[in-house]
Amino acid sequence: MSTASQEFLRKAVVKSSDLEHRALIQRGMASYDAAFSKGKLRFADWEAARTRCSEIKAEGIAHLGQYLTEFERRVLDRGGHVHWAENAAQANDYVVELARARNVKTVVKSKSMVTEEIHLSAALEKTGVTVWETDLGEFIVQLRNEPPYHIVTPAMHLSRQQIADLFREKLGENVEDADPGRLVAAARVALRRAFFSAEMGISGANFLVADSGMVAISTNEGNGRLTTTIPPIHVVVTGIEKVIPRLSDLATLWPMLATSGTGQPITTYSTLIRGARLAGEPDGPKEFHVVLVDNGRTGLLANPETEEVLKCIRCGACLNICPIFRHVGGHTYGTTYPGPIGSVFTPRTAGLNEWGHLSYACSLCTACKGVCPVKIDLPKQLLLGRRDFIAAGNVKPAERVGFAGFRWATASASRFSLLGWMARKAMPIVSALGLSRTALDPMQVWTKYRSPMAMPKQSFRAWWRENANK
Amino acid sequence: MNRKVALFVPCFVDQVLPQVAIDTLTVLRRIGCEVVFPEDQTCCGQPGFNTGHWEVAAPCAERFVRVFSAYDCIVCPSGSCTGMVKKHYPELLESSSLRDEAVALGQRVFEFAEFLVRVAGVTDLGASFPHRVAYHPSCHSTRELGIYEEPMKLLRAVRDIDLRPLPNEGECCGFGGMFSAKFGMISAAMGDAKAANLEQAGAEYVTTIDPSCLMHLDGVFGATRRKLKTIYLAGILASSGGPAAAAEVSR
Repeated sequence: MSTASQEFLRKAVVKSSDLEHRALIQRGMASYDAAFSKGKLRFADWEAARTRCSEIKAEGIAHLGQYLTEFERRVLDRGGHVHWAENAAQANDYVVELARARNVKTVVKSKSMVTEEIHLSAALEKTGVTVWETDLGEFIVQLRNEPPYHIVTPAMHLSRQQIADLFREKLGENVEDADPGRLVAAARVALRRAFFSAEMGISGANFLVADSGMVAISTNEGNGRLTTTIPPIHVVVTGIEKVIPRLSDLATLWPMLATSGTGQPITTYSTLIRGARLAGEPDGPKEFHVVLVDNGRTGLLANPETEEVLKCIRCGACLNICPIFRHVGGHTYGTTYPGPIGSVFTPRTAGLNEWGHLSYACSLCTACKGVCPVKIDLPKQLLLGRRDFIAAGNVKPAERVGFAGFRWATASASRFSLLGWMARKAMPIVSALGLSRTALDPMQVWTKYRSPMAMPKQSFRAWWRENANK
Repeated sequence: MNRKVALFVPCFVDQVLPQVAIDTLTVLRRIGCEVVFPEDQTCCGQPGFNTGHWEVAAPCAERFVRVFSAYDCIVCPSGSCTGMVKKHYPELLESSSLRDEAVALGQRVFEFAEFLVRVAGVTDLGASFPHRVAYHPSCHSTRELGIYEEPMKLLRAVRDIDLRPLPNEGECCGFGGMFSAKFGMISAAMGDAKAANLEQAGAEYVTTIDPSCLMHLDGVFGATRRKLKTIYLAGILASSGGPAAAAEVSR
C-alpha cells in the first residue's frame, strides 16, 4: 500500500465521522445545489449546451498541437513570450529565473490550480520572493499554510468565525462579529498593498483561444484583473489542455463554466488578455509570458481511452455532487485536484502505483457523469483506472486470494452453492462466539461499521428446489 | 400475461437475501408469468469488474451469456446487476467471441420494476402496505438505467401506503460494492446521511429496486441503533397488507 493510500485512509476515518465538517459541507453544497439547479434553467437547452462544450473541448484536444502553435504564434507576433514546460520543474525554473532576472521581490497571484499542481509558490519563496495569493479563498488558505480544499472554492471548509480568528491572528484585524463584508474589507487592505508593490503578476487561464491568441480568465473578485494589469510583468501559467479553437466558443463555454462552477450566469469578471501593453496604450504590463505546462498531460493524450480527461474545464461540479467528496472533504485526497476528476487525473499523471487507490475512492454512483459540463465519462475513467492499477500488479495478497476463490466458485453452480452454504453457517458461529468485529471475523470489513447480517436458513436456489413446483 | 420469464438472481440475493427473489417470483407469478430459474447461473461478474479484476469478471460474464442465451425475457431484482449486463458486458467482453451475443442478450434483460411497467404493462398488483415508506432511487437504476418512474408508479398503486418524499433522494447510500469494504468508514458515513434523510422524511421503511443498498443500509441502521426498516420493492408488491405480511428484506 502506498504512503498516499495510507494517508487517505487515515484522514478518511477522521473526516467521515466529523459531523461538524459534514454539516458545514452539506450547508455549502446545498446552496451550490440550489444555485446550480436554477442556473441550468437559464439555458434554452442544457443538454445541448453540454454536448456543444464537450465537442469544442474535444476538438481542441484532437488538434492540440495545431491549436497550441497557432496560439503561440499570435502571442509571439505581439511581442509576448511562450515557454513550453514538460514538467513542473521546467515550469517553475522558468518563472523563478524570470523573477531573478527582473529583480522581482513580490509576486501577486490570481487563482490558478496549475500553479498549485507544480508548487510554484514554494519554488519562488525558496528564492526569497514573497508570494501573495489574491483570490480571497486562496488568500485564506495561504494564511493557514494549507492547500486549497476545493478547486473553485478553496476555503469552503472554514466557517466565518474561523476566518475571523485567522485574520485576527495573521493580519491583526479584529472583525469580532465575523461579518462577511468586514472580513472582505480586511483582506482588501492587505491585498491592495500587495498589488501595488508587486513586480510580477501570475495568473492561470481558463481558456487559451487559438484563433485570437487570447487568454480567457473567469473571476469573481476582480483580483484577476489587478494581477494581470498592475505589475510590470504578467506570467500566465497554464495546462496545455486549456486551448480552444475559436473566440466564439466562449459564448457557450463561459456561461457553462460559471453555471457549473457556482450557478452564476457568467462570472463577475470575464477577462480576455492579448498580451503586454502596446505602444500608445495607457496601462497594462510591460512583459507578457505564457508558460504551457504538460506535466503528464500528453500521457493522457497518447491513450485514446483517457484523452477525454483533458476536456476538463475545472468547474468543480463533479466534486460538488460527489458523495465521497462531501464526506471526506478536499484535503483527504492529498492531491491538487480532489474528487472524481482528481481521482482520474492524479493516478494518470502523477503515478498509478502511488495514487491508483483514489480510483477506488468512489461508490460508482455515477452522479458526476451527469453533471460534467464537457461530458467526461468519469465513472468509466475510474473503472479503467482500477483495471490498469490491478494490471500493474497492485493487488494485496488477501484480495488476490479472495478473487481466486471467487473465480473458482463462480465457475460452477455447485461450488458457488457450497461457498454460500459455508458463509451462512460461519456467520452465526462467529457471532455466537462473540467474534464479530474482531480480527477473527471474516466479515470484519463489513461488521466494523454495520451490524452483522442475519443469515437465512437456505439460499434461494435451495428454496427453489423445494418449493418451486408446489 | 402469459409470458415465460427467466429469473436472473444476483449472487448475494441467492445466498443471503433469498426473500427478495421469492417475493419477485411471487409477483411475477401473480401477473401470470411462467417463471424459470436457470440453476447454472452464479454471478454476473460485477464484483470483479468494479474492482479492476476484469480477468475474473470476464469468465463470469461469458458464463452468464451461455446460461441465459436460450431465454427471451430475463428479469432481475437488481438495477445494478441488470446494468452490469446491459451497460458493461459489451466493454468487458470486447475481445470475446461472445461479445455480440452479450450485446443482443443485454436487450432481453430487464430490471424487475421496469419489466412490470414497461414490458408487462402492469402497475397495480393489488398490494396493500399500510406504512410510511420512502423510495431510495438507487444510483445504477436511476442514473445508469434511467428507471425511476416505474417503481414510483408501482408504489403509488399500492393501497394504504404512505409514500414520503425523501430529501436529497439522489445521493448514494454508500454501498458501492467493494467500496463498502475498502472504505467502510466513508460508506457507513454515507449510509448514516441517508438514514438521517429517511428519518427526516418520517419513513418507517425504505424501499428500492437495488437490494444491495438495503443490505448495506440495514447494517447501518443496526449499527446506529435506528428503527428504520428496509424492504425490497417486490416485498411491498407481494404483501396483502398488515404488518405481519411485510417481509423484511433482511430476514
